[in-house]
Amino acid sequence: MTINKLYTGKPNLEVFSETLIKLARKNRNILVVTSDSRGSGKLNPFAEQLPEQIVEVGIAEQNLVGVSAGLASAGKKVFAVSPACFLTARSLEQIKNDVAYSDMPVVLVGISAGVSYGALGSTHHSTHDVAVLRAIPNIDIVIPADNFETEQVILAASEWKKPAYIKFGKKAMPLLPHTGDEFKIGKARIICEGKDVAFIACGETVAPAYEAARLLEEKEISAEVISMHTVKPLDQEAVLNAAIKCKVLITVEEHSIHGGLGEACASILMQKNINLPFQIVGFPDEDTVTGSQTEIFESYGISGKGLAEKAIKLLHL
Amino acid sequence: MKKHTDPELQIKSVLYRMNILKYIKMANAGHTGGSLSCTDILNVLYNDILNVSPKTISDNNRDRYIQSKGHSVEALYVVLADKGFFPESDLESLCKNQSKYVGHPTRKVNGIEFNTGALGHGLPISAGIALAAKMDNAPYKVYTLLGDGELAEGSNWEAAMMAAHYKLDNLVAILDHNSLQITGLNREVCSPYPIDEKFKAFGWEVKEVDGNDIQQLRKVLADNSKKGGKPSFIIANTTKGKGVSFMENEKKWHHGVPSDEQYDLAFKELNSELVNLLNNNTKVTNTN
Repeated sequence: MTINKLYTGKPNLEVFSETLIKLARKNRNILVVTSDSRGSGKLNPFAEQLPEQIVEVGIAEQNLVGVSAGLASAGKKVFAVSPACFLTARSLEQIKNDVAYSDMPVVLVGISAGVSYGALGSTHHSTHDVAVLRAIPNIDIVIPADNFETEQVILAASEWKKPAYIKFGKKAMPLLPHTGDEFKIGKARIICEGKDVAFIACGETVAPAYEAARLLEEKEISAEVISMHTVKPLDQEAVLNAAIKCKVLITVEEHSIHGGLGEACASILMQKNINLPFQIVGFPDEDTVTGSQTEIFESYGISGKGLAEKAIKLLHL
Repeated sequence: MKKHTDPELQIKSVLYRMNILKYIKMANAGHTGGSLSCTDILNVLYNDILNVSPKTISDNNRDRYIQSKGHSVEALYVVLADKGFFPESDLESLCKNQSKYVGHPTRKVNGIEFNTGALGHGLPISAGIALAAKMDNAPYKVYTLLGDGELAEGSNWEAAMMAAHYKLDNLVAILDHNSLQITGLNREVCSPYPIDEKFKAFGWEVKEVDGNDIQQLRKVLADNSKKGGKPSFIIANTTKGKGVSFMENEKKWHHGVPSDEQYDLAFKELNSELVNLLNNNTKVTNTN
């Protein structure tokens, strides 16, 4: 199976927008707050259909988050939507104090996340967001892998009583296999089971991990792929089970190798005295190379082929 | 809401200042100068203006007060205790290990709406609440207190632009204009002036009052007239360290804690002012 055959879904952004329109029609307290980002957020249909439920603050991300916290305190269910790169850097203090510390149930939605903006460069990439938000108390971090997870997380977030950060990219996403498991925040989803190598991935790196599993299958190597959509709170049990079940473990993320999913998994394993060949795959401590999201992924081995090679190397085969 | 006379509120201000110093001294920490400068503003808000009480603190239609200059939390704690949001004796734990009475506002304390203290946050939050009130056609108003040094934070200007755009005439920002910040005079650190013209240019209705004058504060804050859709900006000219001669207009009292001697001296000064006010008030009462 090639990755191309998997690419039959929509961009997660579109699923987000469609799901939110359905929810907001039923609940007039649901608001979208944007910073001149409705177009990037695929929210023009929302703005056209529900003009009373979208608040535009202009290119002012600090105000975006402060205003969202104020609206939430007055009973509104707010989805604050802005490019992930600006949302989690420019307005980090507002996220920390106005949302998380003040315990306002704002849903912060980081759009065009990771390296989705591709060749626009590092100013527009968000490869730091998980690291900084993991260190802030009282905020959940969810990175859906595909259309199913995106819809589910938006449905869950609309009922959420605490702060959350959700992010996704722009590219059409593959429809990954369903196990029939109910989606639950904080509970990892096993996309396919295996016993030699476990890929624990999140967001848009789950698809290449799944492709790697298919390539490894051809070589009779059994790979498990786990979508760790909730990076905080992390499903510790799923990490431990994968480490016990498989011979090697590889984490994959569209993020710096510092402070993200990989280090969170390593922390769990080390503190439980579980030692196995382990590799964190993400972006090294450097400016990301120029290219599309796929090209950047490939440059750092985040592709079916690249990840399969890493697995084989780690297995010493 | 029970109304007070001006002299009654003037007396309250002195008592509040005494308590501010008492608990700062007890905690051996606090922002003395700014708490003393904004005492009269908080006094008038909580005793005369805000439609909020311990009984209505969860009502959707309560007025909101967001203290953007969170470092002056001692003034807020003292006023909230007086209004019955929590027992005043709680403040004996101010800044002590495990106490919920932190050195900046926190929602763990009854009556406090937002965790503030990092500057430049109160105006965006307040604009958001005021916008929610507009959307819901709710009658409440939103008041926020800003420091003058705080105006250098860019987020204020983002919110100032947006509040005018959304015609938030239910939003009142009050500037505790004591002219001093931790390093020195505002105009010398990085001048915010002309403040009035800036806010006017941003589309706000601007008024200026003596922020340590109870009568002027009551008048300007009670003004409920429509401002043609404009949010209100009140420049309250105050004295940092107000009420204690050796603390007034001295930057070192930004977060200075008085020594035992200084504390006694400050208390004597405030006590003497209290006696004067009580005597004058009695005369007024007798005359009437």
